[in-house]
Amino acid sequence: MRPYLAVMRTRCRLLLQYRAAAAAGLATQVAWGFLRLMILEAFYRAGGPAPMTLSQVSAYVWLGQAFLAMFPWNVDADVRDQVRTGSVAYELARPIDLYSLWFARALAMRTAPTLLRCVPLLAAALLLFGMPGPASATSFAWFSASMLLALLLACALTVILTASALWTISGDGASRLLAAVALSLSGNIAPLALLPDWLGRAVVLLPFSGIVDLPFRLYSGNIAPEGAWLVLLHQSVWTVVLVALGRSMVNRGMRRLTVMGG
Amino acid sequence: MAQIEVRGLRKSFRAPLRSAGPFGALKDLLHRRTRTVEALKGITFEIDAGQIVGCIGPNGAGKSTAIKIIAGIMNPDGGEATVLGRTPWADRIAHVRHIGVVFGQRTQLWWDLPVIDSFALLREIYDVPRREYEQTLADVVERFKLAEVLDSPVRQLSLGLRMRCDLAAALLHRPSILFLDEPTIGLDAVSKLALREAIRDWSAERGLTVLLTTHDMDDIEDLCRRVLLIADGSLLLDGAIDDLRRMSSARRTLMIDLAAGVANVELEGAELVRREGDRLWLEYDPEQVATHELIARAAAAFPIRDLTVADRPIEEVVAQVYRDAP
Repeated sequence: MRPYLAVMRTRCRLLLQYRAAAAAGLATQVAWGFLRLMILEAFYRAGGPAPMTLSQVSAYVWLGQAFLAMFPWNVDADVRDQVRTGSVAYELARPIDLYSLWFARALAMRTAPTLLRCVPLLAAALLLFGMPGPASATSFAWFSASMLLALLLACALTVILTASALWTISGDGASRLLAAVALSLSGNIAPLALLPDWLGRAVVLLPFSGIVDLPFRLYSGNIAPEGAWLVLLHQSVWTVVLVALGRSMVNRGMRRLTVMGG
Repeated sequence: MAQIEVRGLRKSFRAPLRSAGPFGALKDLLHRRTRTVEALKGITFEIDAGQIVGCIGPNGAGKSTAIKIIAGIMNPDGGEATVLGRTPWADRIAHVRHIGVVFGQRTQLWWDLPVIDSFALLREIYDVPRREYEQTLADVVERFKLAEVLDSPVRQLSLGLRMRCDLAAALLHRPSILFLDEPTIGLDAVSKLALREAIRDWSAERGLTVLLTTHDMDDIEDLCRRVLLIADGSLLLDGAIDDLRRMSSARRTLMIDLAAGVANVELEGAELVRREGDRLWLEYDPEQVATHELIARAAAAFPIRDLTVADRPIEEVVAQVYRDAP
């Protein structure tokens, strides 16, 4: 465990240096937040009964903007370069498990930039932009637990994206494709509850909802605390499945590499 | 007992063939053609503790493949290898704990971190006890003269310094065997000397076994008592550097600086192999014509300002062995 924690700590320290990028990202994410809110508000004005209140939607959108960097939309650039140059094989010269190493790197990559962005953005949203607080202390507790699982889920997906580079060399294709699909299916474009009923029910079962939609609905009480265990179960099951999938991808990809040569 | 035992190691690669022409890519998509390259055709050798062994051979001869397999980062197709009693590819993590690797073209240090932080991270990765680490660190810093660079990020270091840091990094967990793949590539003369000195001293003091590949014959002459010559996937020679010299003819080179422009430079018993302005290189066989005899003839034939006699440079010997290889 220790080597992986050390790698994660080191990566975090490096990533926390990118403050200008965080500031720029912050500004973009605030602008996007307003844009998304305005569009959704226009929908709500158009009337009809909605499965979510407008104030729940506001919490949902601002949380989405605050935790955007946690979303598994890109590959680990360093690992991608290692794969491209073939030097990834040299990682095998160290006494560590490659999947765990990449997972540790993903954890750093998903937490450090998110921490830089989410604190100021949430503060601004709560104090200035009229974002409502959590529905209750219990809701908030479940939301926090669920966000931790969301982080693991996001990392498991990140490693899968990264590992796909072992076949496609660049990993760009897979990551662009998955990012587009995952963004819409996670609720990052619009809350899944606003999708047509049959579609929404199917999409919620996919792993992507566990990163965005489900935890955010716990926050606003749109999913009551009584139903929280189902959310956590969904996230845990998918995390286990995706970790197993990623591990087998890394193993198969590296075997290909060690058998075929760098 | 031998630390490294390699028996009949084989490895082949399948490389895709690409068709030329505008529709080549399409054709390849429909019908993949591959060609099989035999990188290692069964090589066998043993290395004892404390030896420094150099592995040479032309590009693509299979020496890097061999070192990668023995280092545990590639699987062979057949044959056996035992390193410190373990099979590298079967028992990778336990195996790599006891070896160090430096691959000249790349660094295992973290580009953006100060050197000392990379070292600290490696301590965690290899799980080295703190006291042992601090002692080894003090040793490498003193030996490789790294005190001033420890706090600089790796990307700011010159290649020579970076290689010294890389070498130090590979020794922090006190490996028994060190694998070096072209360690001096791209280094200037001073850096090369410093690196070689570091390798030689460390090995002598601690009984470290070193297996290195190189294209630089000075590396071999300076460091290695023993040479493995791999060409076309086979082990052509396992012996001392003089055995390598003996593999090619014993011809020598006579270099002459002429005093003034001389047009005709024919000399009986020697062959003119090169001429640059007033400088000549003549090759001769000392068994056919004695050196002093040849010099006397040359002095009689043209005005000489200076001359030197040399064994053929080892590079040329090797080049000839490569050319003569089956």
